[in-house]
Amino acid sequence: MIVHEKQDNPDTANRLDGMKQGVLGTAMSRIDGLAKVTGTALYAAEYSADNCAEGVLATATITRGVVNAIDKKAALALPGVIAVIDDPRLTTRAAQGTADEAPQQDPARVCYWGQPIALVVAETFEQARHAAKHLVVDYGEEVDAPVDPEAVKPEEQTEETVSQGDLDAAMSAAAHAVDVTFTTKGHASAAMEPHAAIASWNGDDLTVHASLQMLNYNITELADALGIPEQRIRLIARYVGGGFGSKLGISEEVVAAAIAAQEIGRPVRVVMTRQHVFQAIMRRSESTQRLRLCVDAAGKLTGFGHHALVSNLPGEEFAEPVLQSSHFLYAGANRELKLELARIHRMTAGSVRAPGEAVGMPALECAMDMLAEAAGIDPVKLRLMNIPEKDPEKGLPFSSHTLADCLTQAAKAFGWDHGLRKPRQTRKGEWWIGTGMASAARVHNVMEAKARVTLKADGTAVVETDMTDIGTGTYTIAAQIVGEMLGLAPDRVLVDLGDSRHPRGPGSGGSWGAPSIGSALYVACKAIREELAKRLDIDEPDLALRNGATSSGTQLTELLRGEDLARVGHYEPGAISEDFTASGFGAFFAQVRVNAFTGETRVDRMLGAFGFGRVLNRKTARSQCLGGITWSIGTALTEALEFDPRDGHLVNGDLAEYHVPVNRDVPDLDVILVEERDAAASPIQAKGIGELGMCGGAAAIGNAIYNASGARVLDFPMTPDRVIAAMPD
Amino acid sequence: MRAFDYIRPVSLEEAGRRLAETSAKAIAGGTNLLDLMKLQVETPSAVCDISRLDLATIADTPDGGLFIGALVTNTQTAVHQRVRKDYPLLARAILAGATQQLRNKATTGGNLCQRTRCFYFTNADQPCNKRDPGSGCGAIGGIAKLHAVLGTSEHCIATYPGDMAVAMTALGGVVEIVGADGHARSVPVADFHCLPGDTPWRENVLEEGDIITAVTLPAPVGGLQTYRKVRERSSYAFALVSVAAIVAMDDQGKIARADLAFGGLAHKPWHDPRIGDLLVGEAPSAALFDKAADLLLETAQGYGENDFKIPLARRTLRAVLEEVTGASS
Ligand SMILES: Cc1cc2nc3c(=O)[nH]c(=O)nc-3n(C[C@H](O)[C@H](O)[C@H](O)COP(=O)(O)OP(=O)(O)OC[C@H]3O[C@@H](n4cnc5c(N)ncnc54)[C@H](O)[C@@H]3O)c2cc1C
Ligand code: SF4
Repeated sequence: MIVHEKQDNPDTANRLDGMKQGVLGTAMSRIDGLAKVTGTALYAAEYSADNCAEGVLATATITRGVVNAIDKKAALALPGVIAVIDDPRLTTRAAQGTADEAPQQDPARVCYWGQPIALVVAETFEQARHAAKHLVVDYGEEVDAPVDPEAVKPEEQTEETVSQGDLDAAMSAAAHAVDVTFTTKGHASAAMEPHAAIASWNGDDLTVHASLQMLNYNITELADALGIPEQRIRLIARYVGGGFGSKLGISEEVVAAAIAAQEIGRPVRVVMTRQHVFQAIMRRSESTQRLRLCVDAAGKLTGFGHHALVSNLPGEEFAEPVLQSSHFLYAGANRELKLELARIHRMTAGSVRAPGEAVGMPALECAMDMLAEAAGIDPVKLRLMNIPEKDPEKGLPFSSHTLADCLTQAAKAFGWDHGLRKPRQTRKGEWWIGTGMASAARVHNVMEAKARVTLKADGTAVVETDMTDIGTGTYTIAAQIVGEMLGLAPDRVLVDLGDSRHPRGPGSGGSWGAPSIGSALYVACKAIREELAKRLDIDEPDLALRNGATSSGTQLTELLRGEDLARVGHYEPGAISEDFTASGFGAFFAQVRVNAFTGETRVDRMLGAFGFGRVLNRKTARSQCLGGITWSIGTALTEALEFDPRDGHLVNGDLAEYHVPVNRDVPDLDVILVEERDAAASPIQAKGIGELGMCGGAAAIGNAIYNASGARVLDFPMTPDRVIAAMPD
Repeated sequence: MRAFDYIRPVSLEEAGRRLAETSAKAIAGGTNLLDLMKLQVETPSAVCDISRLDLATIADTPDGGLFIGALVTNTQTAVHQRVRKDYPLLARAILAGATQQLRNKATTGGNLCQRTRCFYFTNADQPCNKRDPGSGCGAIGGIAKLHAVLGTSEHCIATYPGDMAVAMTALGGVVEIVGADGHARSVPVADFHCLPGDTPWRENVLEEGDIITAVTLPAPVGGLQTYRKVRERSSYAFALVSVAAIVAMDDQGKIARADLAFGGLAHKPWHDPRIGDLLVGEAPSAALFDKAADLLLETAQGYGENDFKIPLARRTLRAVLEEVTGASS
């Protein structure tokens, strides 16, 4: 039985707070943790399939053009090679998140250097890799494909354009103004588990083990790519070793494995090499961002301008939504926002953790720091003064607003000095020491979701949905929500995720996983509770369940009368999304050391306070924040995809040369969870926390670099060369 | 990866012979060779596993120096009591490199012979004169942030990426080599690596069939030692610039001895004895350190992206000299 709930109004009942089990929000350890650390959790490539062949993608060595011919005969003559697949249904890019249709196909058309053009299948991985690398390909190259985003005429993304009042006039009339341009480099998701799939056919039925974030969309994308009905497909992704956006859409190896398995009549496994993952999945676009901010003598923002240039391949709709939080974060009557997209032939640009705010917030928050200095106002105060009453563009109320709380609590915990700030005040040996801060914001998303909850006759419960757990803790919070609602210890709840045969969840992405799937589970559990209440002849809100029994001592097993009770909860966000502007908010504070000679920067301590509605699990939520802050450190100091200026190929596509922070780069981090109930966010009053922790943190570090050393670096990441160049001496 | 044979010689003599007669490559820890084989950058017909030969000794030499066998792991060297006491610079250099896991496998010989991290060298689908003679140099006009500013040629601007050899250069270490014919010879670490010239594929003086058996360090000379490695992240990254220094002061506060070597700047650990000559006998001062940097960087040439290495080398040298001479800025 499906129970549908569409949310049109804020849910102020806060039903979860009245439940009696007392497990929701606690710092419960991951229920899948033991399986993962003992190696018994199986990831996509680790399943065994009888008689499985191995496929390796062959990739283009031109930037743009066509594949005229592939010398299959030569490849087939190499040891172990079974087939060279260049089926026109092969996909050449990963699908964008929520695409719900096949991405670009036709491998004979090359649009970027490193694009997959064929799959070589062999008995062993090594044989396939060798043959793929030696594939002789005759190309018809189209020279001079543009690869530099600054060198082409960009397309304006008009739906992002805002023009309110007169920003130029406000800037010239203002008491203080900044007009500054930042750049950010491309980023990679760099998830630990490479993309991988094992496909096997049984007649017309296809089963694929894959590493994907959103099976609910991926199954449609795969069916569309293969030209078969999705009912014939079963997709399984029980454990996913990190996604960070890179596994939102169906990726090339999944489609290739499915086609190859059908063609050779054997299961086929395709595991991307680390280099393939880097060069053929998704990059976060680089950006150039001009910020224009101005205040009156009292420090009130009168003008707000944010103009960003990003890039993508021809044919891709995705444009890094750099301005996303700029639309509502600060006041300012005169506004100009514009996003432009340059069409170039570098690999696909798409979602990497916190698309938009991950780079938009650092630039904005460094500009705010410069404005605070120009105006002689404490940067915390400047932000507090400019929190708008309502959305400054749409005029909508905020569903909730925790920015002020986060700023105040974090400043206090950090020991922030609200006095006049001057750079280059503290030196210890070779090191300049300083502090900086920034706001955090990340729009709230919530999606339609379905999940089945079965209260078994034996008094345990089972959760079934195709929702994934990409390492974030979905298994655990599902057990907690169901345990809370049905009065069960979480170890009485079996959570079965990542199987497309189950009801469709929302997928993991955009930080919407927990609020969306949590709401579907809540709806299902509420319906089960209603049935139980009916059997007791009481009103559902009066049903108090704890440890498998009612408050009057009736055991659930008695109420179930030897039968299972199952409900599919179907949650859908309704009109409410048009009535409110909803966002997570937060604040970052950092202390850094900058070496006066070498420009090396090390973070000494960092703290973040975040408000994102109800905290479902303090431990997993905190872990998301810690991970987010760690990404902030990478964005600030080290992470940069480098592209060859001539053929546009990704140059540093491995974990040795794409520098994510290592343990020694990450000091002890502090996280404050500013808990609230956001009634308009979801029926469980929760918002997402997967991305907020990195939305602005890099600016706290950049601002601290300036405060420490006097080097105002406008280009991310702030590597030693750039710090030295900006240093006053 | 090209299919290859596996050879496990039982003696040094057999190893030399097998290496000379086939296009085999010696394999020690394998941490560099295997990566490059997977990438099709190295395509030997056979790997000659020398890892069980008797080359793992670390011992005092009669003249008070230290003998470090070719198969001693980087970890063993870094934690060795005499290294920590008499050659702390070497321990620091090794510990500044790679990761604990890699250092546990990496060997003295393999570390000396590790190949450049040039992005175009490691991508078999890009032009590279080192990997594919005559195909051109992808790094010139490309992404050359890691690349050399000293001793480059129009054919190659790659750096030697290692740390250990930079320290050994400053320490005056000597590479012990046995040829295929059993003949032993010694080459100072400072002369072991080559500049690219028009033969960038030739990275060191080893000839076909040569095997490194050890590095010997002379008796310790006293003074203060340091190894400074500048990098973007604090571990698991190659040097943008590194400086190895041994400096002793006399009782008048003048510099009595200065042995310096530099990493990240050239196709080899950079060693310019003129810098030591300039420093010795002088009292430390900012002006003196600047003159030392002028000498070091006299012929430096940037390639756009790596221009920053020139000022960075100057600043790092000054930081190091201030540290070891006790002068403060
Ligand atoms: C991700 C990563 C980061 C790293 N970071 C650093 C760093 O920061 N600093 C640093 O210095 N190094 C770094 N390294 C390199 C590491 O130090 C080398 O890989 C290691 O020292 C090589 O030693 P090996 O014994 O494994 O060599 P192998 O891989 O076994 O051999 C390397 C080469 O040496 C030759 N060879 C080996 N032994 C002998 C011998 N006795 N005689 C003649 N030829 C021989 C082989 O034929 C081969 O060509 C890093 C490596 C990796 C993978
Ligand atoms: S710098 Fe040297 S190693 Fe790099 S591409 Fe040029 S020739 Fe090859």
